[in-house]
Amino acid sequence: MAEVAISGVRKNFGSTAILHGVDISVADGEFAVLVGPSGCGKSTLLRMIAGLENISSGEIAIGGRVVNNVAPKERDIAMVFQNYALYPHMTVRENMAFSLSLAKAPAAVVTAKVGRAAGILGLDQLLDRYPRQLSGGQRQRVAMGRAIVRDPQVFLFDEPLSNLDAKLRVQMRGEIKDLHQRLRTTTIYVTHDQIEAMTMADKIVVMQGGRVEQIGAPLDLYDRPANLFVAGFIGSPAMNVLPGVVRAGACFVGDVRLPLPAGLGREGMSVSYGIRPEHWRLDDAGVAAIVRLVEPTGSETQVTAELAGVKIIGAFRERVSARPGETIHIAPDLGHVHLFSRDTGLRL
Amino acid sequence: MDHTQALAWTPPRVQPSWLARLLDWKPALVAICLAPALGLLLVFLTYPLGLGIYMSFTDTQLGKPGIWVGLENFEYLLTDRVFLNAVWFTIFYTAAATIGKFALGLWLALLLNQHIPFKSLIRAIILLPWITPTVLSAIAFWWIYDPQFSIISYVVVDVLHLRSKYFDFIGSPWPARWSLIAANVWRGIPFVAISLLAGLQTISPSLYEAAMLDGATSWQRFRRITAPLLMPILAVVLTFSVLFTFADFQLVYAITRGGPINSTHLMATLAFQRGIPGAALGEGAAIAVAMIPFLVVATLFSYFAIGNRKWQQGGSDE
Repeated sequence: MAEVAISGVRKNFGSTAILHGVDISVADGEFAVLVGPSGCGKSTLLRMIAGLENISSGEIAIGGRVVNNVAPKERDIAMVFQNYALYPHMTVRENMAFSLSLAKAPAAVVTAKVGRAAGILGLDQLLDRYPRQLSGGQRQRVAMGRAIVRDPQVFLFDEPLSNLDAKLRVQMRGEIKDLHQRLRTTTIYVTHDQIEAMTMADKIVVMQGGRVEQIGAPLDLYDRPANLFVAGFIGSPAMNVLPGVVRAGACFVGDVRLPLPAGLGREGMSVSYGIRPEHWRLDDAGVAAIVRLVEPTGSETQVTAELAGVKIIGAFRERVSARPGETIHIAPDLGHVHLFSRDTGLRL
Repeated sequence: MDHTQALAWTPPRVQPSWLARLLDWKPALVAICLAPALGLLLVFLTYPLGLGIYMSFTDTQLGKPGIWVGLENFEYLLTDRVFLNAVWFTIFYTAAATIGKFALGLWLALLLNQHIPFKSLIRAIILLPWITPTVLSAIAFWWIYDPQFSIISYVVVDVLHLRSKYFDFIGSPWPARWSLIAANVWRGIPFVAISLLAGLQTISPSLYEAAMLDGATSWQRFRRITAPLLMPILAVVLTFSVLFTFADFQLVYAITRGGPINSTHLMATLAFQRGIPGAALGEGAAIAVAMIPFLVVATLFSYFAIGNRKWQQGGSDE
């Protein structure tokens, strides 16, 4: 077990800068998720922690030891790859025992450790199979088993669920989280799926374009996104963002007046008015929006509508009977209004 | 046609022609597709092979149809020192050249699998020995091995002064044998190197990364990851290489013609020598037929001994 400290880390491939100075600290036993769109540098950062890419500048420390120049095998980490990287010519048992056999561990140790990992992951019946004979979820478990056998200080996961179908992904998500709760090993998990990040993480690191946008607990990020990017990235369906101007203590989007909590925004300021779909409510005194699409999911109804020419989405607990083309009246929940500067994109 | 009519247009039903209907009928399609290949195989492979096997049991001579003599040709060959020598040298030639080709070819493939500048150019250059017609490269080697004009002798004796006498490459049996093996290795390396390189590139880099994290040194990565994963393609390449080398004719015939004193005859060159210039078609055919069991054994060995792996069975990769 160990904490991981990343400070001022940069990465260049030739003249292209991939990471522009990243600072992240992951506490001992924490489950940290690096999330961001493709090409944001999250996988590169993970590979740098693993030692598979060298560090252009800055410092990475695992358990207080700077590992910039430490070989991957000396870092005491285990990694689960996106394609699992199981050795196709070895059985499940041999795959899991590979690191031990390289370290010339006695047979009793190998049996014990492989047996324990197989027990944790429910792989006991599959130990003599080859990777080709396994399903996607089973391969995923073997890859985790290979990591567990090594008792590492840190687990690294590189988009481990992206090759699985939707149902299995939800199941494995639960299994990985459960595994972490049992083993309490520091874990760094990379994904582009914000739902995975929200459901699994103790701490989420949102990245974009080689920079950290925000670090925080899942619900903190959801409730108080630091900027427009995080606001749009976290949450599904995404937060509604309406361009407006602050006048007389309210936000005007075109002619439509949206209320603001007291003290938010300066007079005449150009802002982006953010409100999550579930924070609209049906209110006869609210603003008018023209319904474009109604999607009942059973537990709630998602309504796509047009408000002052801007497309918005609302999610309502009530059954909405409006038909496309009709007008509904909605009002934002004042306690959940987010206001961002239109110039900087930062939260006000 | 106005706009509404245009939108409501549906394609008319067309009765397919007799040809289209014939090609849609599976047995006919199978027959049509197989006919050219089957015809070529029958005319250029089955017929000559059958004729060769038949002739090996006759005493056919050039210009004189023979009579059936049963196993007489083979009985004679078993007592013929030149033939036995050719069998021995063919096996030795195949073994030595294959070992050389695979050692150097694998080494080259591993080098080319690294990130090096001008990789594709180097790859193209490496293929040169293979795409040169064999007879051309054989003639080049004939010059390289010439007792008087050899460039190797010139460099070693006249330029570097390391030796006082020119090399005698193909004038006496053992140097001639090794010289031929060297020429064959040179010619065979590209095929092995490019095939193995293709095999190496199918191995996912993440396997090496995983092994690196598991603590494997570069030698362990080669021995425990690369080598076993390369085995299936190695088996195929090895089979082909052994077959081509065992049946080699051009290099030897162009450089030494089996000499000196029949010491470098391969079974193929001896078969030709006896059958065409020597006019003993039956005996030449018998020598050629005698190669078949060796080829079958070599193929079966490399196919079953190293080709088929349990881990390749069942399921898919993804």
